[in-house]
Amino acid sequence: MKFIRDFMDKIEPDKESRFLHTLWDGIDTFLYVPDHVTKKGTHIKDGMDLKRTMIHVVIAMQFAFIIGMYNIGHQHYFALGLFPDFFSGFGAKLVYGVLQYLPMIIVVHLVGLGIEFIFAANKGHAIEEGFLVSGFLIPLVMPPATPLWMVALATAFAVVIAKEAFGGTGMNIFNIALIARVFVFFAFPAEISGDEIWIAPDYSWLHKGFSAVASLFGSADFFSMSVPANLVDGYTGATPLSLASKGGWESVQAYSVTIQGEVYHPYEVSNLIFGNVPGSVGEGSKVGIIIGALFLVFTRIASWRIMLSMILGTMFMSILLNVINVTYSSEVTNVFISVPWYYQFAMGSMFFAMAFMATDPVTASGTNTGKWVYGFMIGVVGIIIRVLNPAYPEGWMLAILLLNVFAPLIDHVVLQQNIKRRLSRVKA
Amino acid sequence: MNLSNLTKATSLSVLFSSLSVLSFAQGSGEASSSANSLVILLFTCVMVLVVFLAAIMGDKIIKLAAGKIRKDSDDKEFGLVPSLKELVFGTQNTGQSKKKITKLSRGFDIKLKGKAKKSIAIYNSATYAIKPTDYKGLQPIPKMLLKEGAKVKAGEKIFYDKGFEGVFFTSPVSGELVEIRRAEKRAISEIVIQSDGKNSSVKFKAEAPKSLGESGVKSQLLESGAWTAFVERPFGVIANPTLRPNSIHISCSDTAPLAVDYRYVLEQLNQKNIQTGIDALNELSDKVYLNLDKQANKSNKVDQLKGVEINAFLGEHPAGNVGIQIHHTDPIAKGDVVWTIKIEDVATIGRLFNEGVYAPEKIVALTGSIVKNPHYVKTIQGVNIAQLIEGQIEEDNSRVVSGNVLSGTQISKDGFLGAYDNLISVIEEGNQQEMFGWILPQTARPSISPTFPWRMMELARFDANTNMRGEQRAFVVSGQYEEVLPMDVYPQHLMKAIIKNDFEEMEGLGIYELIEEDIAICEFACTSKQPLQGILREGLDYIRSQN
Repeated sequence: MKFIRDFMDKIEPDKESRFLHTLWDGIDTFLYVPDHVTKKGTHIKDGMDLKRTMIHVVIAMQFAFIIGMYNIGHQHYFALGLFPDFFSGFGAKLVYGVLQYLPMIIVVHLVGLGIEFIFAANKGHAIEEGFLVSGFLIPLVMPPATPLWMVALATAFAVVIAKEAFGGTGMNIFNIALIARVFVFFAFPAEISGDEIWIAPDYSWLHKGFSAVASLFGSADFFSMSVPANLVDGYTGATPLSLASKGGWESVQAYSVTIQGEVYHPYEVSNLIFGNVPGSVGEGSKVGIIIGALFLVFTRIASWRIMLSMILGTMFMSILLNVINVTYSSEVTNVFISVPWYYQFAMGSMFFAMAFMATDPVTASGTNTGKWVYGFMIGVVGIIIRVLNPAYPEGWMLAILLLNVFAPLIDHVVLQQNIKRRLSRVKA
Repeated sequence: MNLSNLTKATSLSVLFSSLSVLSFAQGSGEASSSANSLVILLFTCVMVLVVFLAAIMGDKIIKLAAGKIRKDSDDKEFGLVPSLKELVFGTQNTGQSKKKITKLSRGFDIKLKGKAKKSIAIYNSATYAIKPTDYKGLQPIPKMLLKEGAKVKAGEKIFYDKGFEGVFFTSPVSGELVEIRRAEKRAISEIVIQSDGKNSSVKFKAEAPKSLGESGVKSQLLESGAWTAFVERPFGVIANPTLRPNSIHISCSDTAPLAVDYRYVLEQLNQKNIQTGIDALNELSDKVYLNLDKQANKSNKVDQLKGVEINAFLGEHPAGNVGIQIHHTDPIAKGDVVWTIKIEDVATIGRLFNEGVYAPEKIVALTGSIVKNPHYVKTIQGVNIAQLIEGQIEEDNSRVVSGNVLSGTQISKDGFLGAYDNLISVIEEGNQQEMFGWILPQTARPSISPTFPWRMMELARFDANTNMRGEQRAFVVSGQYEEVLPMDVYPQHLMKAIIKNDFEEMEGLGIYELIEEDIAICEFACTSKQPLQGILREGLDYIRSQN
């Protein structure tokens, strides 16, 4: 491994050329932990640093990430009436999903890291690690068929306005990935509001290219079915949440697709939990997300207080709505209220928001007491937006951004309590 | 108080279980498929967990409440359920009714290799030094009373500081003042004294403190230089002799990495001297506490001491720091003054009044993984360590620290022991790059993070070096400091208040209760590698300059 070190030393650019040196420094500290030793303060330091923290969050996402990527392919073929079982046509689905999704990841990283590099070079700082996580979170919250230029614009907006304008990693008020998502949501309502964004029916040049190369080796061409002329019977692409808001839990369960004479219920509870439903890449697989969340709790990287209190808040609000539904059953017109509270967990992206969005330590409450309030309120507000607000199909994005604003206030109250306790000890 | 908490906890769990039952009843009509029953099973488990957690929380709340009203410091009598151990073995009478035991649950023991073996040697060196930099709050150039070449006895005045009227800094040994070493801007760094090997002391009054009274005790301590052993809180400076502190805390505890075992140190100290020392302290303040850690708590030597309230603090580092102990016995409010002193120095004070001699003896441990034979030595304050570590350290690339590796000072290999230190830690320098060290570390290293698998091994001891393990970043991770600091303090918010120079918030968030050593463990644990001790000292200096 010595030659890598020698190579890095050889190519170290002049410190005068700021941009190049920042870039080199970023790569160098990625490859090697620097040889800096402690000068003042403690003589030994914990092995944990920000890079390690961030990379563990990325690792925790991988379960949801891989299932979600495969699911893009599955949803695509399912809509066409091919390979209706989750694991049939494995290769084609995987290749389709990867080819559909990879450009988005690359675009996000090119745009986001590029901006980070420029800002770091201008400020004369080392490159900060924040984008390690954001770079994966942004593609995870985007609908799979979002045009790449929108993704690029949203990423640029999020990194510049939500992060660098506030001073970089650790200084931002809003969750970066959610700002990117909310930008797409509000800036392109016409393109994004429909149901068709959740599946990717079209083929890009990547698919066609792959297909052409594969056919040289005698592979069947899976990427040639034309769309949407031959979408299967009954397929609407509607998400469970939009069904539930129109017709309650019954219509979610009643939704069926007929493929080659067989009737499929895509929104069975087991499907909802495993994640083979249309949606953003990250949100689908509850199993993958919960594994990731447990990993984060076990490694104590994310706050279990926020996660648990958010579950409690969601539970509290949905049970409350159920109780209202039972008590005032004659007057309730919103059928979404009647969805049993435990099915609220099965639909939508509650667990994803809990594991990776709400627990962002920079934008969440910083005090342990505050974290309980913060998580609980996200749960409550998220369910209110999801169930009671007809304009938005899902509530977590807005709930978390709202509570991001309130997090400093919650902390302020907690700190004032602490200050009061201390003042009460002063003998007059 | 207990009862209301119990009711709260019970009603909480009842509420939750009834709510869940209610909603199951509601959903059961349509729950027919196996998938639905799976969901119901899953959520039954969640509900059970929630009820269980509520019960545990209720139990904790009751115990905390009991601890607060000082009814139950041992977590035994109160709680939602009596502890299992108690049910099986019954209550045990430890026979230590005098001691109050406080258990601190938060903290982190950094387990390093190279703890001192329990063997003691007497170590004398040719030179000793007083370092003005050891004492916080002094001017860079204090007023010298003697010149180079002067003959001195132990307890003879060498310099004083204008900021601390009446406090004299005296020679620890007899001999000749050979050199005054200066650092940048002529600041005095070391005053070196060549020992004559006789250790003859200036003669002081050998009288019982009680008969001398407060002013007599005070003047004898000030004249002899024994006074400098007192550290005043807030600010961690030398005690101001014009004040009468709320209380004096004798620290007989240290949980820092590689720290001396105070149970062993107690064995080396003279019981009679300790008692006389405590008598002297009782003249200076109305309340004297003796604070033990889990090692010293096992010693029966302190049981017979009179005129002192004994508290034991069981828990991981920093449970042994006197600042944390004060927080749990007699927290410092604005305007309060508390003094702290180490048990060795109490024995020195005791000897001063018993025999009329000033002999600041220390039991010092030489420790560290690269030390061949880590052991204890009996020596004198300000000793030169060159001969002590000679032949003990194989590694050239090493760092010698006077004090522990969290809050100690780096000294050269022929440097002098710090005035308040009883520990020499030698660790390897970490000036090597490590490939992918942030994700795939190649050696075991201490960390509070469970992402390092070595943390599982409770008994494992680590090599540690001085590598930064990353680069400094803005505060990102939250709740990390609270995890290792058993105090009702929000260190991160306090640090931010200091950085933005917010006087009132600093006061409110408890800056008066802290000095550097207390938050050193937070600085160790900090993911963002923030220099917390430096920031805190800036804040303390700022507040002190405003008063």
